[in-house]
Amino acid sequence: MIRLDQVSKYYQDPANSKVVYALEKISFRVNKGEFVSVLGPSGCGKTTLINIIAAFTPCSDGQVCFDGKYAQGPSRDRIVVFQEHNLFPWKTVTENVEFGLKAKATARRKRREIAQQFINLVHLNGFEDSYPYQLSGGMKQRVALARALAVEPECILMDEPLGSLDPQMRERLQAEIIALWQKTKKTVFMVTHDIEEAVFLSQRVIVMSKAPGRIKEIVSIDIPHPREPVVKMSDHFQSIKRSLWKIIME
Amino acid sequence: MFIITLWQLLVYLKCVNEFILPSPFNIFKAFVQLIESGELLSDLLNSIKRVGVGFLLASFCGVSLGVASGYFRGLSKALTPIFEFLRPIPPIAWIPIAILWFGLGDSPAYFIVFMGAFFPIFINSYWGIKSSKLIYINVARNFAVSRFIILTDVALPGSLPHILRGLRIGLGLAWTSVIAAELVGAQSGLGYMIQLNRIMLKTCNVVAGMIAIGIVGLAMNYLMAVLERRVTFWNQETIEKIPCSRKRAKVV
Repeated sequence: MIRLDQVSKYYQDPANSKVVYALEKISFRVNKGEFVSVLGPSGCGKTTLINIIAAFTPCSDGQVCFDGKYAQGPSRDRIVVFQEHNLFPWKTVTENVEFGLKAKATARRKRREIAQQFINLVHLNGFEDSYPYQLSGGMKQRVALARALAVEPECILMDEPLGSLDPQMRERLQAEIIALWQKTKKTVFMVTHDIEEAVFLSQRVIVMSKAPGRIKEIVSIDIPHPREPVVKMSDHFQSIKRSLWKIIME
Repeated sequence: MFIITLWQLLVYLKCVNEFILPSPFNIFKAFVQLIESGELLSDLLNSIKRVGVGFLLASFCGVSLGVASGYFRGLSKALTPIFEFLRPIPPIAWIPIAILWFGLGDSPAYFIVFMGAFFPIFINSYWGIKSSKLIYINVARNFAVSRFIILTDVALPGSLPHILRGLRIGLGLAWTSVIAAELVGAQSGLGYMIQLNRIMLKTCNVVAGMIAIGIVGLAMNYLMAVLERRVTFWNQETIEKIPCSRKRAKVV
């Protein structure tokens, strides 16, 4: 589905014309329907990685393939859910969810219908006409997910989607995300710095190191699905968490 | 209140000449008289009409040109040097040429008002589009919507707070410009009225006229602020915290 081949990103520091590496020789692949997370400290180039996969920014070296084709510019097949400010504050929940459908030239009534369907999917019925400023952080992220899912993308890229939420809301949304993933069977690529979140949600976790961003290790998470939040209490979960923690701290 | 009392007292004790600075009481009397005779109202309406026409023209040109130059780099490159050159010329400095071009009457006033209001409206609209948040643009690019939808659904609504602020500043300047224009080249209006009363040494009326100008300016600013709140109620970042009846956020 997604394949990265020796992808590097470097900038030239304008002050001393030194080359600064943000990402160095990143290679991995994400299979169709898989949930893969990238785990790493802040400043390891996670957001750069998302921007490159979404093709908002080009990579300096290497190749990004998508379904066997090179990625040329952003595409509706890879929708990004950002950490914050996802929603257009001047649009209602329905209008936000509808937004992506506008490009598909879907008829107005059909758009409404689809939007409603996805609003229901993220349990926001009753808030169709609310504006983002009237919603809590968790609700906003659910709207962002609904908007992303509404265009039926092949793949969803999430850039610390729960990063700005309080811990309780995080846990609730993690459960919702995993349920949505199981229901929709989309390919999901997520970036996070929360070990527990990565373990709970993903099938594989890519651990990255800091400056320059390099892959340290790719770990498979063998916790069976469907996963319920209680699984976090199990010894198996804790031991995976511990081993990931060790890899990061090395 | 203290200042007004002191002022009244100073005039009463003949410390200041009534012609130079009339007493608050006499100003009030003159104000009431001007209202009763209908003079103030007709001058006021004349001034407001001039501001209305000039400001609407300036809004239309300023917003459309500003948005267009924010969107098309070529246009902004062509326009910016001209506008940067014209902008520092105060509206009053246009009065002589406006009279030469348009003669006396309302037309030069429209022109002066236009010159006063256009630049802040243009610049704020331009910057509104220019400072569109990258994240919103990226969202739009991600969904592969057309450039037209990016303009109508993302860039324009996103810059509305800036545009409205430009209009508010523009209206304020339009109001000062019209008074200036009327001081020199008009046969009616509040500016003309205070000029006429100065010649006739009716200082009371001059000050009463000035107070009317101030009140109208205040009212215009208030109306624009209301408009701003109505149109960009969703903008919680910069919105002024004036008590309003709109329902507060319901957070679940």
